[in-house]
Amino acid sequence: MNFLRFAVRRLVEMAATLLGASFVVFGAMYLAPGNPASFLLSGRSASPAALQAINDQYHLDDPFLVRYFRWLGQVLQGDFGRSITYRTDVSTLLADRLPATLTLVAMALVVVVLIGLALGWIGAVRGGATDSAILLSTTLAVGTPSFVAAVLLQGLFAVKLGWFPTSGTGDGLGDLLWHLTLPAIALALYLIGMLARVTRSAMLEALEGEHVAVARSRGVPEHEVIRRHVFRNSLGTVLTTGGLIVSTLLVCTILVESAFSIGGIGQLLELSTTTKDFPTVQAISLLIVALFMIVNLVVDLLHPLVDPRVTLGTRRSDA
Amino acid sequence: MSVALTRRPGLGRLKAARAPLHLACLGIVALVVLAALLAPWVAPADPNAVDLGNALAGPSPDHLLGVDAAGRDTLSRLLLGARTSLLGPLGVVAFSTVAGVVVGLVAGWRGGWIDSVLSRSTELVFAFPGMLLAILIVSVYGEGLIAPVLALAIAYLPYVSRLTRSLVLAERMRPYVSAYRVQGHSAAQICLRHVLPNIAPIVLAQSTINFGYALMDLAGLSFLGLGVPALTPDWGRMVFDGQTAIQHGYPLSAILPCVLIVLTVVAFNVVGERWADRVARRTP
Amino acid sequence: MNPGKHTNPEDSMNPGKHTNPEDSVNPGERVHALDVRGLRLHLPGAARPVLDGVDLTVAPGETVALVGESGSGKTLTSRTALGLLPTGATAEGSVLVDGEDVLTMGPDRLRALRTGRAAMIFQDPRAAINPLRRVGDFLTEGVRRTGVMTAADAGRRAAELLDAVGLGPELLRSYPGQLSGGMLQRVMIAAALMGDPVLLLADEPTTALDVTSQAEVVALLDQLRERFGTGLLFVTHDLGLAAAISDRVHVMYAGRIVEHGPAEALFERPRHPYTAALLAATPRLDSGPGRLSAIDGQPPDLRQELTGCAFAARCRYATDLCREAAPAPGPVACHHPLEGSRADD
Repeated sequence: MNFLRFAVRRLVEMAATLLGASFVVFGAMYLAPGNPASFLLSGRSASPAALQAINDQYHLDDPFLVRYFRWLGQVLQGDFGRSITYRTDVSTLLADRLPATLTLVAMALVVVVLIGLALGWIGAVRGGATDSAILLSTTLAVGTPSFVAAVLLQGLFAVKLGWFPTSGTGDGLGDLLWHLTLPAIALALYLIGMLARVTRSAMLEALEGEHVAVARSRGVPEHEVIRRHVFRNSLGTVLTTGGLIVSTLLVCTILVESAFSIGGIGQLLELSTTTKDFPTVQAISLLIVALFMIVNLVVDLLHPLVDPRVTLGTRRSDA
Repeated sequence: MSVALTRRPGLGRLKAARAPLHLACLGIVALVVLAALLAPWVAPADPNAVDLGNALAGPSPDHLLGVDAAGRDTLSRLLLGARTSLLGPLGVVAFSTVAGVVVGLVAGWRGGWIDSVLSRSTELVFAFPGMLLAILIVSVYGEGLIAPVLALAIAYLPYVSRLTRSLVLAERMRPYVSAYRVQGHSAAQICLRHVLPNIAPIVLAQSTINFGYALMDLAGLSFLGLGVPALTPDWGRMVFDGQTAIQHGYPLSAILPCVLIVLTVVAFNVVGERWADRVARRTP
Repeated sequence: MNPGKHTNPEDSMNPGKHTNPEDSVNPGERVHALDVRGLRLHLPGAARPVLDGVDLTVAPGETVALVGESGSGKTLTSRTALGLLPTGATAEGSVLVDGEDVLTMGPDRLRALRTGRAAMIFQDPRAAINPLRRVGDFLTEGVRRTGVMTAADAGRRAAELLDAVGLGPELLRSYPGQLSGGMLQRVMIAAALMGDPVLLLADEPTTALDVTSQAEVVALLDQLRERFGTGLLFVTHDLGLAAAISDRVHVMYAGRIVEHGPAEALFERPRHPYTAALLAATPRLDSGPGRLSAIDGQPPDLRQELTGCAFAARCRYATDLCREAAPAPGPVACHHPLEGSRADD
């Protein structure tokens, strides 16, 4: 039960995987046909001066590994290079765009957790027709890509009914939240279905446990039995989906931000992919991977708190 | 021996796959596949025939499901779109299944350093969501179907290889394997003749489940304009094109591909899960 | 609370409201802790009742054993005393706990019964105690969540009872995973005593334990029964254990009580062929090797209707009468009770 050693080991593992991820993100550039300079310029005017500037900026004359470690060193200091399209520092771009994305993701996360857990709970406890209805709707939800949800919600609630704005982020916090309501729901829909299913099956499994029957036999009121012995015991399983939920949210923001024209990092990733602004693509990819891994680490560290049976150091299988 | 199918959470127990739903989903799968196969012959119009004067017109005898913002026949585009929309996921699933089975077989059978190298790299691939990897590759190679299909195949490979590995590990422990070994059969022979056929149903069920997800991912990429080339009919692309039509109050050309995407993904999920449940019950 | 201090359970724990039978509704007549009369339980999809006319009494301070194979209905009978019926089951007859019929109780009365007058000790404490909650939480949960006691009172009583079962109060803070099976079963027993019950139901409380813990738990149960004056219904498949711990034994087969009587007599001179066969199948220290004989055949299937004696198909003395008419309930429910000492020869 050495929590510190476990935490340090997981931290080292995460650092190793992140290192590998950074190598992939950096090396992807060299998969491109042709030489890196022409790839980085792709289609733009290639005056000798510009070419030289690119060469200097990326030290393209150095060996590959030297370039990688130099880039990595800069990344670790928060320097992702300069955006080719926007002609500013990528880190500045990110700083401008992150708040909108993080707000959107946070809103969606709240919706996912509240509604997903509630639906799973109700389905498991109520059973019968309610459960069938929840199963059917969550089956539909996990088959609905976020961009489909985005377009349909936009068409109905923004265009036809006019209850919400169709796009943008508005001015000020209240306006921002209002603008992000539909996108957050679109983003959350698939994950609500997923989380509801996970919660439901984990709770059904916990319901089978003899300790539940025992609690009932001891006169504990039913709602307390469900809360303290069924829901509580399914939390460990639910928690392990945390990493997947966050990474799905981050990836699907690309689609949702694009559908609702929200100026976040998702839309930025889409734009920089179409314009082949590779430094920006690299930065955002790495950011998403890193966030995913941090969440996974937090989940791993929280797990023993939620379930005292978890012996630290035995890795649970990935989601 | 406990061999669990690796499913994405959320579809762990699809108990809703009761007979009627399952049959309906099988029907949808059959219908969509049929449409994709027969599209060029049954499509009433050229899917790329532009008729701007007739843009956004509703259903009519000429255009049963109306036309889109560029005046192209929606029904024809849906039918031909089924081809691209199914071909992409099929590529992803085919590649990830074949490569995943090879990787899993080698890792499970040989063990040792190969196994640890492979499980390390599996970890790395898991850190990249499929869509992100696809976007990364597209940003290097440019749009088109090949790059995203390859990227997604790599992203889906660990699901297959990890499953195969655990199945092979379990299979290797069974007495018949050592019996064949004693009789002088080579490892390759035993793998191909006996192990592979035994584990195939479970792996294929997993791949069916992956198909639905690959369809979602690829449609999403097309929606971003990063998948198929602009003129190729594709459901994801049609949703993107239809978005402007919706904003002008003509939702039909966007809603229809949306519905088809959802129905197809749900159908493949339900069929795959049902299959997975059945083969999982059959194995010891 | 000083853990070393000897507490007198009669004073501090037993308010005396249940143990005094004279106070209850029928003056003069002794109220049983448990009084089961003609209990019949039907399950959906079963062709015959799973419990078919069970009669059983447990007096305060008395230990009664209910013996039978798995599937005989012994566990169902004991659970019915807490109103724990399987889903869809319908019950006939009456199950009086401390003079009140469990089968006609509303949910509130039932909850009060479960937190107070009746409690059950389950077979496998590892499965019965939520591994995610602390021992203290398990002990106090029933009385706290129903508002019977304040948190402070419940905590104090939990510590007292842990002391009574030979465990220290420091265990209140530990998780079930940190305790051995035997310790957990002691916790279970302490938890059952929290509501000061008149009736304790022990459902194979020793089966999941190792041999040493088994003996300790049995001794502890006996000691506590005496100390607190509770009636104890001991459910087991082990006839030898039943005879050792109980005053009276009921032998159950296919949902019916086939024989009952004082433990000693039943053990020495079984009169029902099933009891005799069960004894012959039980290893005994005083009998030589090679004396064990299994009972041929299987208990009757729930999906088939039953005419005649339930044991007829496996009974070597069965006659046509046995196959046609069910024997009348009584001390020996058999058309041809055995005579003599042991029938296993």
